[in-house]
Amino acid sequence: MKGENFVTTTVESLIGWARKYSIFQYPFVTACCGMEYMAAAASHFDIDRFGAGLTRFTPRQADVLFVVGTISHKLAPVLRRVYEQMTEPKWVVAFGTCTVTGGLYDNYATVQGIDAIIPVDIYIPGCPPRPETVLDALIKLQEKIRKEKQKWSLRK
Amino acid sequence: MVLEEVEREFSLGKKDAADGIPTYYCPGENLFPLMEKLKKDFEVLLDITAVDYLGKKEKRFEVVYHLLSLSGKMRVRVKVEVGEGEKIATLSSLWKNANWLEREVYDMFGIEFEGHPDLRRILLYPEFEGHPLRKDYPLKKSQPRIKLLRPERK
Repeated sequence: MKGENFVTTTVESLIGWARKYSIFQYPFVTACCGMEYMAAAASHFDIDRFGAGLTRFTPRQADVLFVVGTISHKLAPVLRRVYEQMTEPKWVVAFGTCTVTGGLYDNYATVQGIDAIIPVDIYIPGCPPRPETVLDALIKLQEKIRKEKQKWSLRK
Repeated sequence: MVLEEVEREFSLGKKDAADGIPTYYCPGENLFPLMEKLKKDFEVLLDITAVDYLGKKEKRFEVVYHLLSLSGKMRVRVKVEVGEGEKIATLSSLWKNANWLEREVYDMFGIEFEGHPDLRRILLYPEFEGHPLRKDYPLKKSQPRIKLLRPERK
């Protein structure tokens, strides 16, 4: 083995490691939280440092659904359809108080937390959340992706 | 100014509102001829909205029209009292934006505008039942369109 460079790992952790640094996001932006999302994506905070810089504008190419902003009951079927269009593996981030709990819109029109419509992996509180909070959530999501058990293996 | 003219013609009593905008109450049947006259000076229809005085007034609703005169540099407000089930005239032939504004009032309060070309909901979905800005509509009575994963969180 002299002069060879090598590492040992498992396929599972290799895939988890690779996936966590290539998060393709689909931003489902409906409200003011979008501004903070843009700030997190722009050069000052630079979400690309964590490998999540490539935004896809079709759910079919995305890994992570960012639900950014208030979701009304009128919009609920649209959000569910977008989620269903995403291919596995997929994760969902609820961005901001409105998506987490309905926020200050405690009324007939607003869904009281989007986990009533689709399963959610990470909740980001704040009205709106600071970009640092977004990055913190992203790192937590990466940790979750890294630890995830894979559904297939090379061995039969 | 057309204001004095219509005050005489429709014998309107002027009421000064707290915000200084001259305010007139107008009976429903005079609304269209009055607005037709006012349009000579008041080119812009700023807003149509309504108020629900459930249990406080004999006629339940008040439809409020806000007009702006660019030439006269002033605004005017016209209010019409409308009972439940009553219809009032549409202004969509005078101001084109009245079409959507009246649809919004219909959507939120269920007030019908006679002669409106396309009176259907504008903000809420078609299968929504009731009119949410009425005082007797429960604030938190949501009407989900899809089956929720957590029905208690609707």
